Amino acid sequence: MSAGDTEALMGYDDVLAAYDPALGLEVHVELGTNTKMFCGCATTFGAEPNTQVCPVCLGLPGALPVVNAIGVESAIRIGLALNCEIATWSRFARKNYFYPDMPKNFQTSQYDEPIAFGGHLDVDLEDGTVFRVEIERAHMEEDTGKSLHVGGATGRIHGATHSLVDYNRAGIPLIEIVTKPIVGAGERAPDVARAYVATLRDLLKALGVSDVKMEQGSMRCDVNLSLSPKGSGVLGTRTETKNVNSLRSVERAVRYEMCRHGAILASGGSILQETRHWHEDTGITTSGREKSDAEDYRYFPEPDLVPIAPARDWVEELRATLPEPPAQRRKRLQAAYSYSDLEMRDVLNAGLLDLIEETVTAGGSPAAARKWWSGEVARRANADGQDVPSYAAGLGVGPAQVVELETLVTSGRLNDAMARQAWEGVLDGEGSPTAVADARGLQLNQDSGALETAVDAVIAANPEVAEKIRDGKVQAVGALIGQVMKEMRGQGDAAAARALILSRLGQA
Amino acid sequence: MAELTRDAVEHLARLARIDLDESELNRMVGELGVILESVATVQQAPTEAVTPMSHPMPLVNVTRPDQIRPSLTPQEALAGAPESDAQRFSVPRILDED
Repeated sequence: MSAGDTEALMGYDDVLAAYDPALGLEVHVELGTNTKMFCGCATTFGAEPNTQVCPVCLGLPGALPVVNAIGVESAIRIGLALNCEIATWSRFARKNYFYPDMPKNFQTSQYDEPIAFGGHLDVDLEDGTVFRVEIERAHMEEDTGKSLHVGGATGRIHGATHSLVDYNRAGIPLIEIVTKPIVGAGERAPDVARAYVATLRDLLKALGVSDVKMEQGSMRCDVNLSLSPKGSGVLGTRTETKNVNSLRSVERAVRYEMCRHGAILASGGSILQETRHWHEDTGITTSGREKSDAEDYRYFPEPDLVPIAPARDWVEELRATLPEPPAQRRKRLQAAYSYSDLEMRDVLNAGLLDLIEETVTAGGSPAAARKWWSGEVARRANADGQDVPSYAAGLGVGPAQVVELETLVTSGRLNDAMARQAWEGVLDGEGSPTAVADARGLQLNQDSGALETAVDAVIAANPEVAEKIRDGKVQAVGALIGQVMKEMRGQGDAAAARALILSRLGQA
Repeated sequence: MAELTRDAVEHLARLARIDLDESELNRMVGELGVILESVATVQQAPTEAVTPMSHPMPLVNVTRPDQIRPSLTPQEALAGAPESDAQRFSVPRILDED
């Protein structure tokens, strides 16, 4: 079938009424090492094609691989963070297959003796509950090259006359993290899948082992799904949807496959065990290859690499380097910063927590840090297609500028509107907040005589409002403050204006 | 040890992308069978007192520091490629269109 065809789908509620979903998630994460897993080639993303290749990663005869020490260290730290056991004896294996993305005709991976196994990860769901995902294993392997399919209508492999391969990515260290079958999630299955990948991403980021950019492919997810008749407890035939590369897509792909399986099973059909391709644009999956003997990889121990036997004291040293679990850190910081749940969610969605924490550490208040990192800079970063931390880093703007800006406000030099102007200047590259304020002549008018003149003029011009305030309707003062600020051409101190108006009208 | 079947040889040939005609298949079943039988004599060795090993070298944890070493130039890398285009290896189409 072609990518354009759509298949029958069962309503989501009907699926849940008749079936229990079982999930299995395989996540591949590219490590952020300087060099590849088995050779000293660089791993820079986006380099010119075939400029980061050597006899080892090109699979030239006689070339011998040597394991990257940081690759092993990262794998162990990931295993520990996932509450896994770390193998006392672990080895590499050859996974044999014919496909030009691996010039050796095998991928160096791990098979029967992975570095880490038997862990779990607790994930927070949308409904406030915590779901425990059991981890089967985490093993070391290498990434493949990138193929460009030529001659087909859409750059796809179907209809291509030939393919052009760039091996820069071949050999970059990968850790594959595999869950045990996730059962019992019911209607929450799509959310469990999304939350698991999100939690894993945060954890890997906190470990500092990868940049975990799903959009650049440094973290990729394969979604296995099957349905079993409700209450039967027997796992059904699964499909594996490959390369689902955003959190939202993970959730959608699970839901889509549940509804597709449901329709097939309910009509008396059976599920074909196969890989499925995910289509981001249309939100559907289409059939890939059938998993028959194509799955026969003839694994055998890699003769060119010796086993990895991590010493127990080294493993314990690495355990001591684990960061605070991200979920725990979020709860701690939310309480410390007095953010509401909604504020915290916005902060997390925008990826601002690190930046805010650094700003607070540098002397800023949590409220100001959240305010300045979420407004104008977020709008600009978004327009530029970046997240705020990378956008700000690109501008050379950091916590120090926010702290300086806040100080200009608390010291009484700038009011809020002026501070916004100063911040815009900083983002426009005009210099530090103070430099922008100087250059743009931003300065609150602290001339008390000018303020008194303005306040008296405004009270005189608004006798009715003034009367209300005299009678105790203090909230009416806002209208007068606005006029005073206008009189002072935006350079007035709103707090001082408020105090003076209230005092003049006997409400101080 | 189980005898090597014709089906197994066909399966292996398919995995290895080797086309074997009828007579080649028959010959391979016989020849590979002889090789397997010969190798099987190893199983008669007394191994009760020997610890299983996955590597003949008594070595573990051989690693290198995560330091970049010079790569080949693209010209060197592509020198052995039968065909290349746009600084990439050009390979025949991957999927057989039936």
